Amino acid sequence: MAQSETIQPKEGALVRAWNWLTETQIWTSIFRHTAPINDRNRVLVMLSNVFLHLHPVRLKKHGVRLRYTWCMGGLSFFLFLVLTFTGLLLMFYYRPTLEYAYSDIVGLREHVPLGIMREMHRWGAHAMVITVWLHMFRVFMTGSYKPPREFNWNIGVIMLVLTLLLSFTGYLLPWDQLAIWAITVGSNMARATPFLGHEGPGAALLALGDVQLIHAADDARFALLGGTFVGEGALLRFYVLHCVGLPLVIGFLMAVHFWRVRKDGGISGPL
Amino acid sequence: MADDPKPAGVSNSGTEKAAAAPPSAGLAGKTTSAAAGKTLTAKPKAKVLDDTSPLMPRRAWLGLSWGAFTAATAGCLAATGRFMFPNVLNEPPQQFTIGFPDEYGDGVDERWKDRFGVWIVRTPFDVVHESPGFYALFSICTHLGCTPNWLSAENKFKCPCHGSGFRPTGINFEGPAPRPLERTRIFMAEDGQITVDKSRKFQSELGQWMDPESFLEV
Repeated sequence: MAQSETIQPKEGALVRAWNWLTETQIWTSIFRHTAPINDRNRVLVMLSNVFLHLHPVRLKKHGVRLRYTWCMGGLSFFLFLVLTFTGLLLMFYYRPTLEYAYSDIVGLREHVPLGIMREMHRWGAHAMVITVWLHMFRVFMTGSYKPPREFNWNIGVIMLVLTLLLSFTGYLLPWDQLAIWAITVGSNMARATPFLGHEGPGAALLALGDVQLIHAADDARFALLGGTFVGEGALLRFYVLHCVGLPLVIGFLMAVHFWRVRKDGGISGPL
Repeated sequence: MADDPKPAGVSNSGTEKAAAAPPSAGLAGKTTSAAAGKTLTAKPKAKVLDDTSPLMPRRAWLGLSWGAFTAATAGCLAATGRFMFPNVLNEPPQQFTIGFPDEYGDGVDERWKDRFGVWIVRTPFDVVHESPGFYALFSICTHLGCTPNWLSAENKFKCPCHGSGFRPTGINFEGPAPRPLERTRIFMAEDGQITVDKSRKFQSELGQWMDPESFLEV
């Protein structure tokens, strides 16, 4: 490729050192192209990087117009990164057991330097729910869900649900009265799942003779809580889902979402 | 390749493909078998073996393979789902003895609420069964599942979540609760102790409080 291009003057020790460095095998194996000083190299930067290639090579001018996009998608992603980082740090101090969960949360405030970390995680979570909703609102109001972007709209709806589930599972982890009863109330809805909840419509039909196939200890709510009430099983399941399961899924879908934006013609613009 | 004779009716690309990839020529099926036979006289036997296998045709074999693979995958997924439902639960037992009747005075007793989630009520006269005796109420609000408090001064159960109120009988009279508290099965064990069985519940609005198992006459 364009290895022969050199923008530095060809004299001086620093220049010679630079030239030597940029010709080593280590350097050339990492940077496959010279500086993005022209259109061709700028394209190469995007195409040869697994993260950048999710984005379009060129942005339309309206793509950076805040009055149109509100940057809500970008802010949602930024908040996700903040939450991933602060959440990772919180995991060093938090133990998801009945004995320690609440005292560890108190300890995060009382015993740990920069105890504001937990508040950043909590407020960041609230903010992300808001920005995701506003992003959806903007996409709806600008008609950006229409073909060819209808597939990406559906990815987005799934990620909205995942965002709410992340918020819901994180709600239980402080293990205070608010958390326990909020999850009790919330998970009681799963009792009424058709066929799969033991109080839902059709569940009574699923029986072998006198034996009910769907009961309190094997229905949809049980799968969520790992028990028949909000106890240690629920705390552990919610913890694993909150820290590993749901972030993995939503991260995977975000990659699809960003790549799809590029493939469907970039950020939608005014007509 | 240029020397190969091109049979009539076979496209140029088809001939090239067959000549360029001899192993796939036999796999390509009937449409190119004429071309393959002409251009690849060296391997007629492989083709014959494939198409007239003594066991089954290749399509059936592939179908069977995919079917077996799909079934195995479905089985693994089902087993993974089953993994989320343990065989043993570390939860309080559903059935338990609560002592002898003379250990209880009239009214609502809260001693088993924390451990088992029930109130034991002794009444001199139950309006449903028209006799004195015991019944046990689940301490679960019928609105959204919170645990109500027993307020003895006001003679009612009051839920702290959304303000539902229940009489000592379990009948709802205020707040958003749509139906009365549920009663459990209650009976006398062999040794004369009262036994509560939470695995069965009796709902007033379904007429189940009439069931003799929901009330212990004393």
